[in-house]
Amino acid sequence: MAHVKIPQPDELIKINYALPETTWMETPVEFRPGTWSYSGTAKSLIALNLPNPRSWQPTDEDWKLPENWQAIILSGMKERLRKYRSFRLFMDICVRCGACADKCHFYIGSGDPKNMPVLRAELLRSVYRRYFTTAGKRFGRLAGARDLTVDVLKEWFYYFYQCTECRRCSVFCPYGIDQAEITMMGRELLNLVGCNINWVIEPVANCFRTGNHLGIQPGGIKDMLEFMADDIEDRTGVRVDVPLNKKGADILFVTPSGDYFADPGTYTCMGYLMLFHEIGLNYTFSTYASEGGNFGLFTSAEMVKRLNAKIYAEAKRLGVKWILGGECGHMWRVIHQYMDTMNGPADFLEEPVSPITGARFENARSTKMVHIAEFTADLIRNKKLKLDPRRNDHLKITFHDSCNPARAMGLFEEPRYIINNACNHFYEMAEDTIREKTFCCGAGAGLGNDENLEMRMRGGMPRAMAVRAVVQKYGVNRLACMCAIDRATLTTLMDYWVPGVSVMGVHELLANALIMKGEKERTVDLRGNEMGG
Amino acid sequence: MNLLISIVAVLILMLLAMGMTMNHVTIYFLTAIAPYAAIAVFLAGFIRRILLWAKSPVPFRIPTTCGQEKSLPWIKSSPLENPSGLPGVIGRMALEVLLFRSLFRNTDVEMIDGRPVYGSASWLWFFGLVFHGSLLVIILRHLRFFTEPILPGIAGLTAVDGFLELAIPTLYLSDVMLLAAVIFLFVRRIINAPLRYISLAADYFALLLIAAIAVTGLWMRHIQPTDLEQVKALVMGWVTLSPHSPQGVGVVFFIHLFLICVLLAWFPFSKLMHAGGVFLSPTRNLANNSRSQRHMNPWNGPVLVHTYEEYEDEFRDKMKAAGLPVEKE
Repeated sequence: MAHVKIPQPDELIKINYALPETTWMETPVEFRPGTWSYSGTAKSLIALNLPNPRSWQPTDEDWKLPENWQAIILSGMKERLRKYRSFRLFMDICVRCGACADKCHFYIGSGDPKNMPVLRAELLRSVYRRYFTTAGKRFGRLAGARDLTVDVLKEWFYYFYQCTECRRCSVFCPYGIDQAEITMMGRELLNLVGCNINWVIEPVANCFRTGNHLGIQPGGIKDMLEFMADDIEDRTGVRVDVPLNKKGADILFVTPSGDYFADPGTYTCMGYLMLFHEIGLNYTFSTYASEGGNFGLFTSAEMVKRLNAKIYAEAKRLGVKWILGGECGHMWRVIHQYMDTMNGPADFLEEPVSPITGARFENARSTKMVHIAEFTADLIRNKKLKLDPRRNDHLKITFHDSCNPARAMGLFEEPRYIINNACNHFYEMAEDTIREKTFCCGAGAGLGNDENLEMRMRGGMPRAMAVRAVVQKYGVNRLACMCAIDRATLTTLMDYWVPGVSVMGVHELLANALIMKGEKERTVDLRGNEMGG
Repeated sequence: MNLLISIVAVLILMLLAMGMTMNHVTIYFLTAIAPYAAIAVFLAGFIRRILLWAKSPVPFRIPTTCGQEKSLPWIKSSPLENPSGLPGVIGRMALEVLLFRSLFRNTDVEMIDGRPVYGSASWLWFFGLVFHGSLLVIILRHLRFFTEPILPGIAGLTAVDGFLELAIPTLYLSDVMLLAAVIFLFVRRIINAPLRYISLAADYFALLLIAAIAVTGLWMRHIQPTDLEQVKALVMGWVTLSPHSPQGVGVVFFIHLFLICVLLAWFPFSKLMHAGGVFLSPTRNLANNSRSQRHMNPWNGPVLVHTYEEYEDEFRDKMKAAGLPVEKE
């Protein structure tokens, strides 16, 4: 489908923070081109046994909802209030202090008051009050309550698919109210009546059937990895193995499919292949569990579990000892905070120990899955890698903390340790925009599609501007990150706001610096560009 | 509109209290029945709300991490921002509840030369802390009416609170601070346009109600002194379950008392329940150890999955063609 025309950066940056004349309850949602995502197709919904498959678009007047859609949503709410303390609590305790308001990248970039996390939550809270609290039932509007109408549902759709579940607001909330949690509930409810977006639901359907979001079939995965091995041989003179579905491997390696599908993720994937070859790791990729990412997270808890189940199942079938995970953001939210609870216990696996250094990864002793940044940082610390950071002298690096590893895990030092060992020119962005305060790429949680481009550029603006500051100050030309969605979407964001800055994974940077046994004289980096050193 | 409704609501409550001082029956209601009723509603409502929250399980371990996780032994972790066990959680919660740690992070953002610039905005944190701290001191000071003799700690606190010895009777620091904080929070809510936009009637009402209670309290101390002996006798009457109507206390006292009863009775049904809720927040009160200790979900059930066998059945030929191993030939 055609790209939507969006304003030029110097136009877009004139953000209108003026509030509407009407109160927020009386301001209906407007589906402006460039700010929303296409609906999920019937085909994908049917493949997943999801309700109400049909042909529709958010701009249609009639959304073809089931007859009893209100009853479905309300009973869905009731069920979730009973199942999630977070949901019930976050519906009750907000004092509307406004601390979260200007913490959201979508609010900063759009000026739309309903992008203030507090108001995004009120969209749902107002309905909760109306049907689940005495005050709301009795006093209605006066108590901040309102009826569940089609307009309200449309508003939910627009704004819950205009939240990237990045959790930045929850860092600042005095009660830890997490808009991501509320958005997740809102999306679950919308899914009950068949309102979802195709950029989420098609990858989910693909992943369910083929094992990865992109729908790549077994032969295709093999071809892509072999192709990377060819490129590696071309650059380094070393031929690396591409183990796939190998029984008897020590370690199952799972990474987001974006890493073997498109630039610049592929360079990161080449980095993994080179690293594993160099240390002689007995590992395997899997075609069945060929997706680390999990767009189920942007659909429902049930869908998270349905997709995630493959990783343990495949680890068991192949008889590996433990699992290693690649660079990805929301994938690690799922692995770290959901996988063991949902699909554990992984008692058929062993407590992860690095076969190279002997280090025990005690922090992963139950889930038995280690983040590659933890794994690699340990290798470097134990001097198992020969690195020549000068080879990255053509790059001036800054690092984007991805939302989920930052705020749902706390993985800050490992990537920085790797970066500092792999290059000589690393510059941090402003303190208010990194680590737990990092700004989202603006396109996570399934919003990285082309029809939503204006909103992505708006939401990504705070991140881009922080990059621009280090470009101007230090001449930064490369943005490193540890997330497959980032690698894809930050590239577009940089082209729009900060042309000249390209995006890379941390393991691409590492692989540039990695001195391999038997390598030829290295003159170009993984991208074929002249390199330093 | 919401603001106006709240002002009117508080005024009506005050008038109602004044009206009730007109005859003996309503005075009896106000001084002997309402306080018990308010406390009963407060306690029952508070407990009910907590139980309601507690009844919903925490299916997933979802702390918001604000510092380095505990991982490799040579990497320094931040136990207070990203606790890996109970001691860290207790520390984090103590910082959160006593010092409003998260609010302390508050920043504001301004577009300067087409770029967002972040500045510190600790005023909200400062006045939030002042507001809650002084409220606590004032409540504790009021315990002097509830025991005979006065508890030694309370007498000490009262002395410290009045150490400035300004004016006669002594002006308490906590009173001044509470008023300042209420004014800040109220004015902020009105002049900050986005905040005004999100404010519900209840948000103004809470502040106005507390302000009215504070002002009537100060009035009785500094402008129209009330007979504290009588007040003490009244309160001791409640405590000993033999309430009686006080003599010689002014109408302001009745307003003060009635508004407190309203506040107590409204509390469990309002956002003021954040006082209890903050302790239960799963993004704050859980350790970030979900990879080292399995967290259990009580409603974890089977889901529809796509098994490897189904996958291989569909792709077996393609897998064989690509030279990939298969389970069944």
